[in-house]
Amino acid sequence: MMTLEINGRSVDVHAGDTVLAAARRAGIRIPTLCHYEGLPPSGACRMCVVEIEGQRGLVPSCAFPASDGLKVQTHSPRAVDARRTLVELLLANHPDDCLYCARNGECQLQELAEQLGVRRRRYFGGRTPGRLDIASPSIARDPSKCILCGKCVRVCEEVQSVGAIDFIGRGSKTRIGTAFDEGLNVSSCVNCGQCVAVCPVGALVETRAIDDVRAALADPSRIVVVQHAPSVSVSLAEEFGLKPGTDVDGPLVTALRRLGFAWVFDTSFSADLTIMEEASELAHRLTTGGVLPMMTSCSAGWVKFMEQFYPDLLPNLSTCKSPQQMLGAIVKTFLAERLGLDPARIYSVAIMPCTAKKFEAGREEMGRAGQQDIDAVLTTRELAELIRMYGLDLSALPPDAADTPFGERTSAGKLFGASGGVAEAAVRTAHYLLTGQSMEAPKIQALRGLDGIKEYRTTVGGLDIGVAAVSGLGNARRLLDQVRAGRRDLHLIEVMACPGGCIAGGGQPRSASTEAIRARMQALYLIDRDATVRASHENPAVKRLYAEFLEKPLSHRSHELLHTHYERRQPVM
Amino acid sequence: MTAPDFDPIVAKYPSGNRDALIPLLQDVQQQCGYLPREAVVRIGQHLQLPASKVYGVATFFNQFRFQPLGRYHFQVCRGTACHVKKSMQTLTALQRALNIKPGQTSRDGLFSLEVVACLGACGLAPVVAVNGEFHAGASPDLVNRLVRTLRKEAKVK
Repeated sequence: MMTLEINGRSVDVHAGDTVLAAARRAGIRIPTLCHYEGLPPSGACRMCVVEIEGQRGLVPSCAFPASDGLKVQTHSPRAVDARRTLVELLLANHPDDCLYCARNGECQLQELAEQLGVRRRRYFGGRTPGRLDIASPSIARDPSKCILCGKCVRVCEEVQSVGAIDFIGRGSKTRIGTAFDEGLNVSSCVNCGQCVAVCPVGALVETRAIDDVRAALADPSRIVVVQHAPSVSVSLAEEFGLKPGTDVDGPLVTALRRLGFAWVFDTSFSADLTIMEEASELAHRLTTGGVLPMMTSCSAGWVKFMEQFYPDLLPNLSTCKSPQQMLGAIVKTFLAERLGLDPARIYSVAIMPCTAKKFEAGREEMGRAGQQDIDAVLTTRELAELIRMYGLDLSALPPDAADTPFGERTSAGKLFGASGGVAEAAVRTAHYLLTGQSMEAPKIQALRGLDGIKEYRTTVGGLDIGVAAVSGLGNARRLLDQVRAGRRDLHLIEVMACPGGCIAGGGQPRSASTEAIRARMQALYLIDRDATVRASHENPAVKRLYAEFLEKPLSHRSHELLHTHYERRQPVM
Repeated sequence: MTAPDFDPIVAKYPSGNRDALIPLLQDVQQQCGYLPREAVVRIGQHLQLPASKVYGVATFFNQFRFQPLGRYHFQVCRGTACHVKKSMQTLTALQRALNIKPGQTSRDGLFSLEVVACLGACGLAPVVAVNGEFHAGASPDLVNRLVRTLRKEAKVK
């Protein structure tokens, strides 16, 4: 066991630790702006500088390996002064419009300026010029607020293997941009929003839909319908200072009603519907020699990734729409018909953990007769903003249940919120479809947890089935390359674009630690553990919908409303 | 204009390693006088690099341009000797006379402008080269006259 001395106290070191990691474990907070857990250190921002005995200058603790007997001062006057100067220099060419910034109150630069006692402007630098990039339906960029920490570039390239953005230019003219400095909408960006999630300042934000939704809510001629995604109820609490992993499903429904939504539905219901279609499609492909492995198509960022980078594997992609779009289609057809409403009067809103869902809602495949099925998508963060704007206290709201007929869900639908959950739900229903019996023990441990690639093998009705659940597009790329190279032992591959799944989506509360993400995941597993109905095919509301409207999975009407197809897409890559 | 074919250039670097990036960019610029958009994308495909990365690297270096050269290509020396001899004023005058910034080409395709670190003719400072021909003592007045002359010359031809 190695020990080093931090601020005069002895601290144990694990092999491979950096000084930063050792200090954090010892409860000492060294500020960082560019540090990204799990990626090699870049040492770009220098906020984490410390004094180490025997070293001439200050050293960045994120990139300095801890070793036995090292003597470290993390908050010596010299280190703190250096940090303060760094913040002052960052502020020298940063706009002074904090009050009007989307990140006001939760900006890491603002926080550091406050903590380090920056109370006046000592340096005046030229403003970094930069055009707003608001061309993307999902993500807006404001280069003038960028501090060039490079986290967005690294998460895009190294975690997601997309590489839509990079450093452009040199020296004081350096900026973050796409190829040819164009808008994100024509780049290879898949809209996953991981860059938005890691940005420490207000340079990357989601494209806001709050004003559109408020306008619709205030318009008496419109019937405003809302659905909320499986992972939103287990992450929203964090925006209100509650413990990560707190499930606020009931209060969330109440909040949505008080915001003025006429109908509140649960996307987990249509997740069950997705499973009915998807498991049927899988069973069909398995028994008729269809294209395998079948890949899930719920994650909008992943679908665009496939269209761009693996168009040759598009036949593997399930033709099922995502739960958001399935519910959107059902609301504007079945529900409109039942209520005797003109679908044009319905304004359909989706609360999603995701920025890519904004893009998905606008896809031309996703509507009929010139109308989109989903009119607006709000991220979890935007919903929190809306709730605060309307003066609602989430922790004091009484619980309520979502509306029938699309509010009833099974816990299988709820599992969609975490990586592996779609596959787990699909296996449960595929088992029933292939054998006529439900699984005795529906929990599939191999598909749970935060690993990037999880695999599970089983035998159902005499068929050997290989299942993989992947999250993070870099991991997906690794598995796809194996499939391209001829790997044949897998039959179902679930992919979620964001590492860990929707619980860690690009629209979720920011700066979540791995522990917080694990807590969100655990909350979904607890819901499943305690549920009485745990398989999508047992959802009575889904059964009723088939009986009254859709007939059966993969029926003609299902194909018309719930399925689609995707085509090669060639942006600048 | 037909789509340019970069396959012969790319074929010179069969390894597809990323260390071929800068030589590839240089070869394309040598042949085309600039880096066409298609070339950036094609090089990215060959080296398995995103176009954003290729573009990022290319914009890091002053030598690469993204617009075709004009019929008259101005190189303004901003080396130390020229700087002392007020080459900044020459550059400003040229930008105004041509209505373009360094790295750009005028819309009529007549003029392009480039800033270079040193042309190696410090005795003639400040120096401006037009299509490789050096003009000594290039004051704002001199370059303004030069631009007028070239515009007339272009009309005649």
